[in-house]
This record gives sequence, C-alpha cells and structure tokens, in this order.
Amino acid sequence: MNQLDFPILSLMMGLPMLAAIICLFLNAQAARWLALVTTLVLFGLGVVLWANYDIGGPQWQYVERSDLFGSFAWALGIDGISMLLIMLTVFLMPICIGASWESIQTRVGEYMAAFLFMEVLMIGVFAAQDLFLFYILFEAGLIPMYLIIGIWGGANRIYASYKFFLYTLLGSVVMLVAMLWMVQDAGTSDIPTLLNYDFDPAAQTWLWLAFFASFAVKMPMWPFHTWLPDAHVQAPTAGSVILAGVLLKMGGYGFLRFSLPMFPEASEQFIWLIFGLSMVAVVYTSLVALVQQDMKKLIAYSSVAHMAIVTLGLFAFNRQGIEGAIIVMLSHGLVSGALFLCVGVIYDRLHTREIDRYGGLAINMPKYAILFMLFTMASIGLPGTSGFVGEFLSLVGLYKVNSWVTLVATTGIILGAGYMLYLYRRVAFGELVHEDVKAMPDLSAREMALLAPIAAAVMWMGVYPESFMAPIRGDVGALVARIDRAAPEGDAHLKMGEAKAVTQDEVHGEAH
Amino acid sequence: MDIGNSLYLVAPEVFLTVSSLILLLIAAWGGEKSARLVTILSAAALFGASVLLMVLAHMPEFKDGASAFSDQYRMDAFGSAAKFLIYLAAIISLMIAPRFFQAGGKYRPEYAVLILFACVGMGMMVSATDMMTLYIGLELNSLSAYVLASFIRTDVRSSEAGLKYFVLGALASGMLLFGISLVYGFAGSTSFAVIGETLSGDLSTGPLIGLVLVLSGLAFKISAVPFHMWTPDVYEGAPTPVSAFFASAPKVAAVALTARVIIEAFGGQTSAWQQIIVFVALASIILGAVAAIGQQNIKRLLAYSSINNVGFMLIGLATGTAQGISAMMFYLVVYVAMTLGSFVCVLEMRDKDGKPLESLSSLAGLSQTRPGLAAAFAVFMFSLAGIPPLFGFWGKFLVFDAAVAAGMLPLAVIGIAASVIGAFYYIKVVKIIYFDDPAGEIVATGHKTENGLIALLALFVSPLGYLAIPFMAPITDAAAASLF
Repeated sequence: MNQLDFPILSLMMGLPMLAAIICLFLNAQAARWLALVTTLVLFGLGVVLWANYDIGGPQWQYVERSDLFGSFAWALGIDGISMLLIMLTVFLMPICIGASWESIQTRVGEYMAAFLFMEVLMIGVFAAQDLFLFYILFEAGLIPMYLIIGIWGGANRIYASYKFFLYTLLGSVVMLVAMLWMVQDAGTSDIPTLLNYDFDPAAQTWLWLAFFASFAVKMPMWPFHTWLPDAHVQAPTAGSVILAGVLLKMGGYGFLRFSLPMFPEASEQFIWLIFGLSMVAVVYTSLVALVQQDMKKLIAYSSVAHMAIVTLGLFAFNRQGIEGAIIVMLSHGLVSGALFLCVGVIYDRLHTREIDRYGGLAINMPKYAILFMLFTMASIGLPGTSGFVGEFLSLVGLYKVNSWVTLVATTGIILGAGYMLYLYRRVAFGELVHEDVKAMPDLSAREMALLAPIAAAVMWMGVYPESFMAPIRGDVGALVARIDRAAPEGDAHLKMGEAKAVTQDEVHGEAH
Repeated sequence: MDIGNSLYLVAPEVFLTVSSLILLLIAAWGGEKSARLVTILSAAALFGASVLLMVLAHMPEFKDGASAFSDQYRMDAFGSAAKFLIYLAAIISLMIAPRFFQAGGKYRPEYAVLILFACVGMGMMVSATDMMTLYIGLELNSLSAYVLASFIRTDVRSSEAGLKYFVLGALASGMLLFGISLVYGFAGSTSFAVIGETLSGDLSTGPLIGLVLVLSGLAFKISAVPFHMWTPDVYEGAPTPVSAFFASAPKVAAVALTARVIIEAFGGQTSAWQQIIVFVALASIILGAVAAIGQQNIKRLLAYSSINNVGFMLIGLATGTAQGISAMMFYLVVYVAMTLGSFVCVLEMRDKDGKPLESLSSLAGLSQTRPGLAAAFAVFMFSLAGIPPLFGFWGKFLVFDAAVAAGMLPLAVIGIAASVIGAFYYIKVVKIIYFDDPAGEIVATGHKTENGLIALLALFVSPLGYLAIPFMAPITDAAAASLF
C-alpha cells in the first residue's frame, strides 16, 4: 500500500473527525483538552509522515484508494508539496487551539469541533487524488469557517460571514462545471492521470478561467480580495490564523496542482492577466496597508500582497519561481499566523485592534516586542528569516521572464518594509502614554509556548531552507518539465560576449 | 394481455385501494377513536404495497417491465422506483401527523385514508402510459390533496389554502385536458407510444399548442415557474404535516410523470419541449432563490425552496438523456429526504403551550436551547443549498454532470451560478439559528418520533449518505433506462 503499510492519511482525517464529534458532547475544559491532544497527536503523525517521506522516491507516496462512492474514489496520496502543506496545517492547529484556550469562553465544544473538522478538510484537500473528492473537501471548508466567523467573531461578524461564504462559493461553483467537463473529456477523475492529460488548447482557455475564478478568490488576488479583510477582522484570532495560514494556501495550491500542469498553454496565454493583477496587488494593497488603523486589517492587506508574490513566482514557469512561490506560501503561513497571534495577544489585554491605542510596548512587554520584531522582519523578508528565501527565489525566477514585472514586484518588498516597520514603530516604540497599556503584562507561559515554535520554524526555514526544498525538488522538476513546452520566452536576451584577442592561428593550433 | 395478468401488474394499487376502502369504513364507524389505529394500518398498507412493488420488480419475467390494460399502464423500473419513494414519503407524512393534529384539537382518521387515496393516484400517475390513465391518476391525487390542504376546516388559513389550491388546480387540469384533447386530435390516440410514433418530424401549430398546454398543466403540478403562485400560499396555509406531504410525495409523482410524458410521448420532439423545460428550469431556480430572500415564514421559505429545487431536477430532465433522467431520480430521492427533514424540524417549532410557531425569528438562537435540532436544521439547510460534503450536493452534481455531458454548458453554468443566490437564504436560516441571540420561544423538549425521524434523515443527508451512492445509482440508472 505505502511505505508504512498503513493508511496514515485516512487516519489523519479520521482521527480529528472523531474527536470533533466527541467534542460536541463535552464540557468546555474537556473539549479544550481533547482538541489539544488530538491536534498534537496529528502533529506527531505529521512528523512520522515527513520522516518516512522518501525524497527522490516515487512522485506519489502514501497512496491509498478505495472505491467507496461508486462514481468517485476515496483516493489519497501526497507528493512533497502536499506533504509540506499538510505539515504546515498540523503545525498550526495545536497553536490555534492554544490561542483559543482563554479567549473563547462560549460554546467551546462546538468551537473545537469546528476547528477539528476544519483540520480534516485541510488535510484532505492537500491529500486528495480524486478531482471530485478534492472539490468536496475544498468547498466543505466553507461551512465550519462560516460558523467560526459568525458565532465567535467580532461586532460586524454577520456581514463578514455572509461575504466570505457567498464570495468563495460563487468562485468555486464555476470550477465544478469545468471539472465535470474535464472528467467527461478525459474519462477519469484521477488527479495523477489528469496531470498528464493534454486538453485541447482551445478548451484549456475556458477551463483555466473557470479554475481561476475559484482560486483567485481563495488566494485572494486583487480585485477579488475584498472578502479577506472583512473576514480577518471579524474572525476570532485562531480563525484568522487558520484562514491566513492555511486556507489562503489552497488557492496557491490549486494553481500549482491544477491550473499550471493541466492547462499549460492556457496558463501561458493568461500570463498577462496574472502578472497584471499581481503587480497591482503588490503595489496597491501595500499602499492600502500603509494607511490602516486596524492591525488585523493591515496584516490582511499584507497577505494579499504576499500572495501576489506567490502568483508571480508560480507563473514564472521555471524552477526558481515555483520553488520560491512554495516557500513563500509556507513562510507566509507561519509568519502571518504568528502576526495574527501577536495581535491577538494584545487584543486579549486591551480589546482593541486600533494601532493608536498602543505604543511603547517594548518597555513593559520586552519578550513580546522581541518576538513581534522577529515576525515583522520575517514578513519584510530579512535574510535569515523564512520570508527572504521565498521572496528572493520567486523574484529570481520572475526576473528570467520579465524584468519590468520584477521591478514592480520588488517595490512591493520595499513598501512591505514600510508598512510593517511603521506598524512596529507605532505599537512597540515610543513612550508609554496610555495608562491601560502600561498595565499590560508581558507574554504568559501559554502565549510564549504558542509563539516560540513558530519563531523557531521561521528561523529554521530562513537559515537552512534545504530541509524544505529537498522534498519539493523532484515535484517541481516534474512540473517544470510538464509545462516547459508552453514556457514564455524571457524578455532578457542574454548574449555571450564575443571573445577578443584570439588569433586565427591559435584557434587552429588548438584544433589540431 | 388478459385482465388477470393486468391486475397482477397493478397489485400495489389494487392492494392500496382495497385497504383504503376498508380503512374508510373503519374510520366511518370508529370515528375519532380509531384515528391512531387507522394511521398505523395505513402505514402498514403502504409498507405492504412497497413489498408488493419490490416483489413485482424482482420477478424475472417482468425484468424489462410489462404493460397492463392494453398499454394504459406500465409496470417498469422507473415507475417502481418512483412509487417506492412516494410510499416512503407518505409513511413519514403519516408518522408525523397525529401529534400535530392532536395538539390543535382533533385528529380525524380521514387524514390517513386521504393520503392512501392520494398514493393510489400517484401510483397511477407514475405508471401511466396513456393520457387517460395520467389524467385519472392526477385527479385522484389532486382531489385528495385539496381536501388535505383544508383539513383543519376551522382554521381560516387552512380553508383558504384548500380553496386556492382547488381553484388554481382546476384551472391547471383544464389546461391539461385541453392540451390532451389537442394532442389526441392530431395524433389520433391517447397512448404515449402511438403519440410518439405519429407526431414525428416537424410539429404543426396544433399539436405544438397541445404540447405547450400539457406541459403547462404538469408545470402547475410540480410548482415550476411560471405556474408556481399557489405553492407558497398553500404550503403556508395547510397544516404542516400536509405541507410536508405536498412537498415530497406528489412532487415525486408529478416530476416522474412529466419525465415519462416527455420521453415517451414527445421523445421525438426534443427541439419543441427542450426550450420550454430549459426556460422553466432556470426561471424556477432563479425565482425560487430570489423570492425566498424576503420571506419571514419558514413554511413559505420552504415552499420557495421546493420551487428552486424543482428547477434543478428539471435541468436533469432538460437533457433528455438517460443520464439526465437518472440524475433527476437521484435528485428526487435526496430532495425528499432534505425537504421532509426540514418540515419535521418545522413541526418541532412549538411554544410551551404546544402552539406551532412558523416565523423565522422564533428560530433565533435555537442552537443554544436545542443543539441537536439546530444541528439537524443546519444540515438540511446547507444540504438544500448544495454545499458539499452534504448529500444535497451530490444531487446537484449529478444533474449538472448530465447537463455537461449533453453539451448544455450554458445551462449548467447559469444554473450553478444561480444556486449561489439560493445559498444566501439557506445560510440566512443558519445564521438565525446559530448567530442570533436566543429568542427562547421554542419549547426545549422534543418528541420521540419526530426526533428519531430528524436524526435518520439528517444522517442520510450527512456525508454518510455518499456511502449509499453505490446502492442507489444502479437503481436510478435502471429506472432511467426503462424509459428509453
């Protein structure tokens, strides 16, 4: 069956499902502990998954398949990219549970159940090897997220939850029609087979657009991003973490898994669309972030800008760009998650997200200030942190294709430094003017335990990215080989300099 | 085919007719005291009819179906599947009735008998292969339905519902009859098979008008736009168990009947009926979605929801392929489960005096007072909206798959995009149940039968339902194949 002779992926989906159902019937404290233990066990299983992952082995590992449903199969299996995204999920989940330990006091059982159900779906999306199974799990995420935002969200939660639900649903349903057509055409819903099936280029255009509708909303790309700031601001802290950390990655994963390898010609054809929207996103949303008064909104807009770097890297059609995009996704998952946690920490103390209400936190919350600084730097992309590796690679890849787009994208990095440092200055530096801010205690042991692992992971990814690059190298290679036939020609026409001062005789002399 | 063999083929109907006549006598002599007994016996009769149905369907000599009474009636996989679903829905409608009527005063045994008569009519509808059988079955069902709608005769709303249903239903029957007479005039026969043979090639204006009128009459019965106006009023006014019945069994019968008429009688006239069905389907989906948004009464909302869902079923029918009919049948099964589940949930909406509540606002915060009921309600709502992983998604999936396979891409895209509009009011109900502060109007304890039914239906609609696909798909496929 697979290297463990055991359906570990099914177990990783079944276990949280079971725990979610049990949570519904437990009291608050028991539900918290059950959720924490379950997510930690899953993290352990994730480590097993990674440790036994055979780098350089077959493309699809841990494959399992069962024709339970007649028309489509319960088919799971992962490659290196899926494996890392699953790792990101199981890594962030215990942290989310921990972040909700004290801030969620109402209907705790249901809350934990919703998060555990969310985890089932996220693992499933990254592991699904059947097109329809993927769609079902991809869409099903709407239900728990709708409830999380709507029940435990902020003041304007109803509007935000509606907007989130309908926006993403509208994006996805068109994709379903495209999937139906693809399966009719190819005669199978098996993703690995479809990855190597050549659709008619004329049809690819429409299919690509249908998938784009879904992934661009999920990602989100400008101008389809407006649901994101609302959803983030209203969601509880852990909801924001999971939304920014993992759910947004589904969009990038979709481009990577479906749009590029299944429709290479169409991807090339629409490269201008992706580049255009991403360029606007990088500059525009960064500028918008610069003027935000609400911390969560600022980070939400920065997410849009970072995701634009991901799309730029993915559609560079080369190894550097795609590997960089994947690393940005992982890095952003960690860093934006951590930043939302940082906001959550001070929100729990003062119950406001308004930046001006803070200031001088470096004085009375030094531990917090250090960690917040680290994540700020990682978000900016300082060398030594995870952000740098991904952004650098993406831009290198992009530069091979289009220097002008790269130029615009790079300004995003500068603007990113602008809004993040500005945020940090206003929150952490300056005088402690507000009395209530002065009274805020530093990080508790629980909060430390939440932020420290992320900090370690961010540093690890920044200092020794090879751990994360090795599993994806083969898969990116396969992808690049697949889409190479459609790869755009770069605009930088490098010429070899002409050799000078070599006489005819010498050349002939050597030739003889 | 001799009469004995014919009677053999209609055994479920004969059995139901005899049982309902006997039960009518019991009801006449026993009065109200016998209500519970008659209800139980009616359910048993429906169960018996289902068994007969299955025995007949599994007989090797009837494997490919058989015709009775000189091609007036046909016993085949399609009719059997539809009838089985109808009987099942009727049994549930019987189970939920006693408590509701007792709370409002009297429970009279005629309710159960009327449901049985309606089932006889519906059985004839789905098996009809002749316009006459069709009309008789339809009227038998409709007459029972008019009485059921006004079953609480002391309630003004109920009487109004009955009267409205009757007047509009009579109009629809008139249109249907006029259409049938035109078709008969041009085809020279009322038999579907002969009509199908005679009316080939381009249709002249006469039979075309006949076709349009027949479809209009049927569209009224399935409450498809633009003949849907009666639905919200009748569903709102009729007693809730009756609304549940209307939304399930007669809908199955009417949709199945429409499919049979279209495929068997007008199968060669695809271009003539297809555009009508496509328009009716899309109009039903969009109007059912948009008009439901402003509703404050849960029963009216569910009425619009049923209009919306009929639109999706008609997409399957619009393809005119076996795959489309199979998808339509599958959708019907899931739809019946979802809609009956929702209505049973509505039955649970009672204040502490046992008075039924119907306004959406009384559902507020239900998740905190009745978490189980709230979860089931949310499951039905998300499922009706077609959100995976709930089973309602699979019904929509199949009809759209059929539409795509038949090359009707624009229909699929418009239909699925319109389903997002519909999602809005379904998640609005979930919002009221889960996000709002408790109104505390709904009494905190449930009823055993109702809770059991809700749990059962919710489990079927939940992702566990997907495990049923390998068992259900061959049945709906066989049903669809028997029409072609």
